[in-house]
Amino acid sequence: MNKKRVSDEFTSRTSETEAAIEQEHSMEGRPFEIRSARIGMFRELLSDSTGFIGLAILSILVFGAAFAPWIAPHGPTEGTLSTANLPPVWSTAGSWKYVLGTDPQGYDMLSRIMFGMRTTLLISTLVVLIAGIFGVTIGLIAGYMGGRLERWITGWIDVQVAFPGLLIAMIMIAVIGGSVSSLVFVLSFNGWMVYARMTRGVVLSVKQQPYVEAASLVGASAGRVMFRHILPNLTSALSTLAVLEFARIILAEATLSFLGLGLQFPDVSLGVVANNGRNAIFSAPRLSIIPGLFISVLVLAVNFVASWLRVALDPRERDKRFAATVSHHGGVQQ
Amino acid sequence: MIRYLAGRVVQGLIVIFGVTIAVFVTTRLIGDPVNFILPLSASLEQRARLRVDLGFDQSIFVQFMDYIGNVARLDFGTSTKFTNQDTLDIVLRFLPRTLILVAAGMIIAFSVSIILGMLAAIRPGKVTDKILVTLSLFGLSMPQFFLAQMLIVVFSVRLGLVDIGPGPWTHLILPSIAIALPAIGRLAMTVRSAMIDELNSQYVKTAKAKGLRRRRVVAVHALRNAAIPFVTLAGWELIRALAGFTVVVEGVFGVNGLGGLAILAIRERDFFLIQTIVFVVAIFVVLINIVIDVVYKFIDPRVKLT
Repeated sequence: MNKKRVSDEFTSRTSETEAAIEQEHSMEGRPFEIRSARIGMFRELLSDSTGFIGLAILSILVFGAAFAPWIAPHGPTEGTLSTANLPPVWSTAGSWKYVLGTDPQGYDMLSRIMFGMRTTLLISTLVVLIAGIFGVTIGLIAGYMGGRLERWITGWIDVQVAFPGLLIAMIMIAVIGGSVSSLVFVLSFNGWMVYARMTRGVVLSVKQQPYVEAASLVGASAGRVMFRHILPNLTSALSTLAVLEFARIILAEATLSFLGLGLQFPDVSLGVVANNGRNAIFSAPRLSIIPGLFISVLVLAVNFVASWLRVALDPRERDKRFAATVSHHGGVQQ
Repeated sequence: MIRYLAGRVVQGLIVIFGVTIAVFVTTRLIGDPVNFILPLSASLEQRARLRVDLGFDQSIFVQFMDYIGNVARLDFGTSTKFTNQDTLDIVLRFLPRTLILVAAGMIIAFSVSIILGMLAAIRPGKVTDKILVTLSLFGLSMPQFFLAQMLIVVFSVRLGLVDIGPGPWTHLILPSIAIALPAIGRLAMTVRSAMIDELNSQYVKTAKAKGLRRRRVVAVHALRNAAIPFVTLAGWELIRALAGFTVVVEGVFGVNGLGGLAILAIRERDFFLIQTIVFVVAIFVVLINIVIDVVYKFIDPRVKLT
């Protein structure tokens, strides 16, 4: 019966409501919310050309990397001195057998890059997962529990943030040795703080909301309140952050490996390929340029995807963007 | 003000303490420093002797107290790579070149990014803006070592323009550009978005309505307010350049600064030298952080230092 009364109320207001809807359809007043509600995040992607290009490039690179053992023309450490220093296909002496040429060891560049990207993507994914889960949990605990625990945690975060991680990461790698697991550990250790900070901030802002208080009043455990009621507020901000962090970690891994503090032979990552070409920068710059370009394109594609996600997942950003397009084409600009 | 600064110094000491502990834990608990210092071929006898010599046979607590005591007396031990020199002396010898490099790079980065960010913000969405945004996104996506290598390839190998060999000052030109470029990308974006916000604000409209020239409105009224987010990020860039990026750039260009020394120390497993480098860098990081807070106060009198 309750339902009926509500619907009565609605029918009695039909004309008003329809006028309101019509007004919003005519895009006067507050048109941006309507658009945000109507267009899903993938429709948004189609209208966002850079995001679309980014996702397309990223898909190709991920495909090539994931299926490297089956589709790469050669193995990552397959070759002899007889195949050393072959030029790439676009130079006159090049052949399609070694598309990007070979390095001084006789290894095929393209294959090494495909296998290297495989490792790089694996490391970056693991780091984002581990650092993300750890950081979000710590941030939830700090924000929700408050008190002395929160002060200790924020103090710890401040100390770790104040000192940039590269030097510490280099020392850690030098001590525990370069392997996939040690890189994942070191990069996670240096990367969890952003998640914790962001999570704590959001928790503090929603902690006083009635629905959170209601949940704990009806007897939900702290864990349930944190993960079921507070965490969903973080999805859009966290997924954008995770993608941006993914790009940052690709660069960090490449830097460590480039300095010789990453994976050791015969393992290969993109940074290792760049490191191998390092000493030939004057005689054969292509050995540095090719891996460097692949890293840059990969990171650029990830950054494009991140900017699409930021807009697609956050209604406020979509408003801003839509407002910008209106002011450009519609002449609302003053 | 003074009370505030004292608080910040204490906070800074905590950071230095934390970093010291991190290095201590990494080198002595996760790894065995004796294995770290000696080559794999060292005999058991040599290992045992070194362990006793350096006090690594004691309990971890005693080691830690010794370590803190030594740090407090600024006794950082002697280097193994540079036979028996005091590590602090070595670090102080290598430090000036890095400071010049980072300072030059940051001066370039700050000035160029303010100009570019302002240009982009004056007409957002127009050609200049789009080119600058795209360029900086490309710049952000390149690993710094790759950028440095490309500078070498283009300017040194192809054009033969800049002498990158050992020279008095000229050899720092390319490295400082390599330090500056990624920072320009990030900072110009900060200036751009801050300026767009400010240019749309009421006080700028008032200033325009009063009939002030646009150049004055942008450069005087808006810029000062946009400087607040800029200073935060500029300080962070400076810290990251000093405590990270310079290692990469000096490695690529072979500059004999603190970054090059850090790579050498890690490669040669010069245990005490590494600890000293990290300690000195940590002091700089803390000092920069304090300076940034004071700079805030000067830019924005509304900021209360409490």
